[in-house]
Amino acid sequence: MSNRDVLKQEEYQYGFHDEDVSVYKTKKGLREETIREISSIKQEPEWMLDFRLKAYRQFESMPLQDWGPNLDALAFDDYTYYIKPSEKQGKDWEEVPDTIKNTFDRLGIPEAEQKFLAGVSTQYESEVVYHNMLEEVESKGVIFLDTDSALRKYPELFKKYFASIVPYSDNKFAALNSAVWSGGSFIYVPPGVKLEKPLQSYFRINSEQMGQFERTLIIVDEGADVHYVEGCTAPTYSKDSLHAAVVEIFVHKNARCRYSTVQNWSGNILNLVTKRCKVMENGSMEWIDGNIGSGITMKYPCCILAEEGARGMTISIAVAGKNQIQDAGAKMIHLAPNTYSNIVSKSVSRNGGEVNYRGTIHHAPGAHHAKSKVECDTLILDKESRSDTIPLNISRNRESQIEHEATVSKISEEQLFYLMSRGLKQEQATEMIVMGFLEPFTRELPMEYAVELNQLLKLDMEGSVG
Amino acid sequence: MSELLIHNLHVDVDGKEILKGLNLHVKSGEIHALMGPNGNGKSTLLAAVMGHPRYHVSEGEILLDGNNVLDMDVDERSRAGLFLGMQYPAEVPGVTNSDFLRAAMNAREERPVSLYKFIKEMEKTIGDLQMKPDLAHRFLNEGFSGGEKKRNEIVQMKMLHPSIAMLDEIDSGLDVDALKVVADAIVDMYQKEELGLIIVSHYERFYQLLNPTHAHVLIDGKIVMEGDHELVSRIDEQGYDWIIEELGITLDEQEEKPQPRMSLGSCAVKKEA
Repeated sequence: MSNRDVLKQEEYQYGFHDEDVSVYKTKKGLREETIREISSIKQEPEWMLDFRLKAYRQFESMPLQDWGPNLDALAFDDYTYYIKPSEKQGKDWEEVPDTIKNTFDRLGIPEAEQKFLAGVSTQYESEVVYHNMLEEVESKGVIFLDTDSALRKYPELFKKYFASIVPYSDNKFAALNSAVWSGGSFIYVPPGVKLEKPLQSYFRINSEQMGQFERTLIIVDEGADVHYVEGCTAPTYSKDSLHAAVVEIFVHKNARCRYSTVQNWSGNILNLVTKRCKVMENGSMEWIDGNIGSGITMKYPCCILAEEGARGMTISIAVAGKNQIQDAGAKMIHLAPNTYSNIVSKSVSRNGGEVNYRGTIHHAPGAHHAKSKVECDTLILDKESRSDTIPLNISRNRESQIEHEATVSKISEEQLFYLMSRGLKQEQATEMIVMGFLEPFTRELPMEYAVELNQLLKLDMEGSVG
Repeated sequence: MSELLIHNLHVDVDGKEILKGLNLHVKSGEIHALMGPNGNGKSTLLAAVMGHPRYHVSEGEILLDGNNVLDMDVDERSRAGLFLGMQYPAEVPGVTNSDFLRAAMNAREERPVSLYKFIKEMEKTIGDLQMKPDLAHRFLNEGFSGGEKKRNEIVQMKMLHPSIAMLDEIDSGLDVDALKVVADAIVDMYQKEELGLIIVSHYERFYQLLNPTHAHVLIDGKIVMEGDHELVSRIDEQGYDWIIEELGITLDEQEEKPQPRMSLGSCAVKKEA
């Protein structure tokens, strides 16, 4: 790492990178050829190539959205859109090339897998390099594959759901993802199957100016229950990389899905992600969404509550430091009666960071007796930092209820004095107050992740008081 | 053996001078009752000794075992052996009592206290104060009753082992039984550890339980009278007027009471002339 990189985000501990180990990559920039090339390497069916090409045209013709953070840093012509890191996917860590395996070792993935996960998928650049699942889970009929393999092995199931809640025309980055998608997770949980341990995917970008476009599709059939955990990191470089994922989730009748993410991208990642879930009768979706890293994040996990009694919940944190903009939030679209949604958003800005909550609650005419509750709390640690709360609450019927609460505060002098009067240094006391503020999120994470998150935030907090 | 020496202390808050040349000398094994009418500087003194940022020391010195306390940050004062049991302890949501206390203990140890030892000690202390065992897992002071907050201050004092502890109206909000529990806990620690104590309270009963070795009356920013527990009893019976009379003190201004704020939607009550 050059000195310049170190200065850019000195607290970031996953900023190391490997030498280029790729076995194949497309040329820099995006042309129709690039898309045909990706599709042909993957030996995809004709319909997928058609889909990609339509999406590409959409991407080309679509303007950038006129709201949100400034995205001038985007350099579509400079990115490499597809990098294949290894010849094949391993089911055993020994089959994964050493360099890549070492990286995931450093990130602690194999250790976590042994301890508490039901299945693990790890993506390096554009492809999943390691994938494994416990036999007991497989025997219950659970499908957990990388998305490319799922297209090959379960074409009908795949086609039935793919792009049905996030169409390629949804937004410019959904169009881009649809055109060049590669990797991601595909999960199908059969009716009535409840997984006790989480399934996890880990996404790692290694190259500079690379685009990672994974596509995740999760189907939780009637009465089933799954917890999916996602993590991501990247090396620190001086030039930006792009991460534009699309996640689609279907929660059927009486089913439940929890999707926990702590994104910890390095400061040179533009993280522009579309995450959406459709929830059927009495189903329940929970987004546990943590945003710590990246230079710019735009991410608003959405629940479409499509049938009666469907429930959606988002608990999120966003922490923005120097040179960071976290533009995050949640969307709850109520289409049916007696649907319920709850959003808890906790934001922290420090060292000149900018953190915004941007959210939508929509109660459609048919969503009578729907209820929504939104709570947005922001902590601004210094005068250089900023935060905006931009909620949009729409009710199209007379019998539903939306509650919105928002607070903005700084670290209270009394709290700080109290903790310091017991011997804690100012940094430590501040850190403790911030951790306490974020606790409603942390408590939702599996313990191992909560511990890691606390460590991460501690590293992040260093030097933020002065 | 510790000693706290306060010499000619002047303190102002928001530009207004509250302490006007105060002297006090407290040693290990002594219990000092600090008395005086409201608004004359008792809480100000304790907060200034602990280093609250709103309290500005303009003159004088504070020494703990010969070291200049005014040069120390708040946390350094704590680690040097000072403790302030507060009248209104802050609530810190999301931080459990046990996480906080463990961090506070570790802050003064070279090596972190073992989890086992910590849990044992915390359970015992919570038991001594007759609090519910779930105290350890509740968020620091959040949703605590007034009495629970005060007892929790004493839990902290017992676990942090200060050499000089200042307790600011630690008895307010306690019922008669709780008052006894808290006083017993303080006396127990005082006897075992030769603690030095400065106690601010308005209640004779609390002082009776603690049996102070020294008593001071603070009026208009200065200690105007000193004595022992007999002084405490006399003040309990007769109030402060006799002191003011005896010493010929003229209070140039009474404590400024904040005007009742008018709020929209309620009727404003005309202030009586």
